[in-house]
Amino acid sequence: MTKKDLTIVAKDLTKVYQMGQVQVNALCGVSLEIKKGEIVAIMGPSGSGKSTLMNIIGCLDRPTAGEYFLDGELVSDLSDDQLAVIRNKKVGFVFQNFNLLSRSTALINVELPLRYAGENEKRRERAVQALEAVGLGDRLDHKPTELSGGQQQRVAIARALINNPSIILADEPTGNLDSKSGKEIMQLLLKLNRDFKTTLILVTHDAQIAAETQRIIQLYDGKVASKRKK
Amino acid sequence: MNLLQIISEALESLNANKLRAALTILGIVIGVAAVIAMLAVGTGAQDTILGSISGIGTNLLFVFQGNLQQDVRNEKPLTMNDINALSDVYQAPHIQMIAPIVYDTLAASYGGESATPELFGVTPEFEIVSNYFLIEGSFITEDQVNGLASVALLGPEVADKLFDRRTLITGETIRIDGQPFRVIGVLEPKGGGSFGSQDNVILVPITTARARLLDRERDHVDIAYVQAISAETVPIAQEEIVQILRNRHRTEIGLDDFTIFTQEDFLSLAGTITGVLTIFLGGIAAISLLVGGIGIMNIMLVSVTERTREIGLRKAIGARKRDILIQFLTESALLSMFGGFIGIIFGWVISFAVGKIASASGTPFTPAVKLDAIILATIFSSAVGLFFGIYPANRAANLEPVEALRYE
Repeated sequence: MTKKDLTIVAKDLTKVYQMGQVQVNALCGVSLEIKKGEIVAIMGPSGSGKSTLMNIIGCLDRPTAGEYFLDGELVSDLSDDQLAVIRNKKVGFVFQNFNLLSRSTALINVELPLRYAGENEKRRERAVQALEAVGLGDRLDHKPTELSGGQQQRVAIARALINNPSIILADEPTGNLDSKSGKEIMQLLLKLNRDFKTTLILVTHDAQIAAETQRIIQLYDGKVASKRKK
Repeated sequence: MNLLQIISEALESLNANKLRAALTILGIVIGVAAVIAMLAVGTGAQDTILGSISGIGTNLLFVFQGNLQQDVRNEKPLTMNDINALSDVYQAPHIQMIAPIVYDTLAASYGGESATPELFGVTPEFEIVSNYFLIEGSFITEDQVNGLASVALLGPEVADKLFDRRTLITGETIRIDGQPFRVIGVLEPKGGGSFGSQDNVILVPITTARARLLDRERDHVDIAYVQAISAETVPIAQEEIVQILRNRHRTEIGLDDFTIFTQEDFLSLAGTITGVLTIFLGGIAAISLLVGGIGIMNIMLVSVTERTREIGLRKAIGARKRDILIQFLTESALLSMFGGFIGIIFGWVISFAVGKIASASGTPFTPAVKLDAIILATIFSSAVGLFFGIYPANRAANLEPVEALRYE
């Protein structure tokens, strides 16, 4: 395996939060490597540091110490605005509560990352394509309130896909859905992973969902407890 | 994002809270309308006052006894001899006419009614120099001056007070300072002027005023109204008066013991006063615009707090600080721009209404909404919107994405 095939390389990631007088060690030396196109689940009880790890992998936050490479680029030392560009180009987020703009149509929601990227050419067509890819080609001009939970999550997935990111980071993507639409969303994520070879990282409590992945990273007290391979 | 998208997004989010946006805009509307209306009223007042001063005639000069700037010892009074010298066409070719005046405030009564007008002792020249017209009767004649006649001309306000009418008064006898005077005419209204109301006056022959009413010496003159032959020759006429009076009062060296005011002096003085008044009114109105700006800041801060998650999401999908900053600044700028626009219209309507009310109550007065007032209000309200928008926008831009996404 060459370095080029690794989408994510993290070395000794440490994150310390200052909560008033107390220092909280959310991550204590986490190292991991994730290959291009891989499907990985990050699991762990609450307080294990999986949210912190996800934030760092998603370039929303910087580690206190340690190095984090995304697509071979050292991103742990970048400025806020540089991180924003990385998030825009390389990371697609799927949140538990969808996080769509409630006032805007599905199309506008999906277009939004392209707007921030400053890409005006074929923006609409690309957004339509992405919505078609998640099976919402007939719901372009619906607002989130007019869509079911499953459909809203599909819009969010289309938004995550639109910039052809290196990784899709899904934080409990099925947490707010009934089991049927939850399954559908999982199938969609897996299908997109096959079609686009996008690295998929799932943060979840749900062992059933984790079972669908190729690898599970167990976190416990800010450390990697096991990297179970299937 | 390009400008159009930024504006349409800002409009969308303002639209989501219509009532709130409307109330915020209202604050700016009131501020801008107040500024526009106040400036218009001030400018209108200025135009009216300057107009009525010009109405006396721009070729007028006023000569007083004494030096208004500095104390002069042994100041000589203005006398009829001075007046006669000034009337000499050879010495003062640019003076057309001169009207000597003595004046004071005295009580006048008729029946049970009384008034305290300005009493002017005048000569026949006064009619022309001061531009008075008569509703009825005739002006004071040379004979009446020479004969110390007890006759009086009433200003319209005095006629209103004493007789409650302006006509059919000629021939009546009124009492001034207890002495009987026969009314020989009523003046037409003129409005305000350089020395207070020109309508609340009684004119009597100058000789009668000196001898019976005002206790002045025989040849004494309080003020001389001097009419130059044209508006352009006022400075030359002024120079002639200065030369003649210095010569006669023997003050060629040292300070003048008399003062000359020209109509220009009054105009510029009145212009300064009304200008200060306008700025003062506008300044008070600007305070309400400032309050409107604080309203914008308040609402934008609430909006930032409410939309913390949205800001977090936008940052997560690639919005930079600048993008968020611009988004919120655009919203506050749009609020103040709408407010400014509506405020200009509203302010114009208010000043129009003020003009209507003023002319309905008998004061001819037209508030003028000038272009510079509109530009000033627009710039000022946009500046207020930006200034008070910066803090909330900056707060939004500096939110940590992790914190913002977690915000409930």
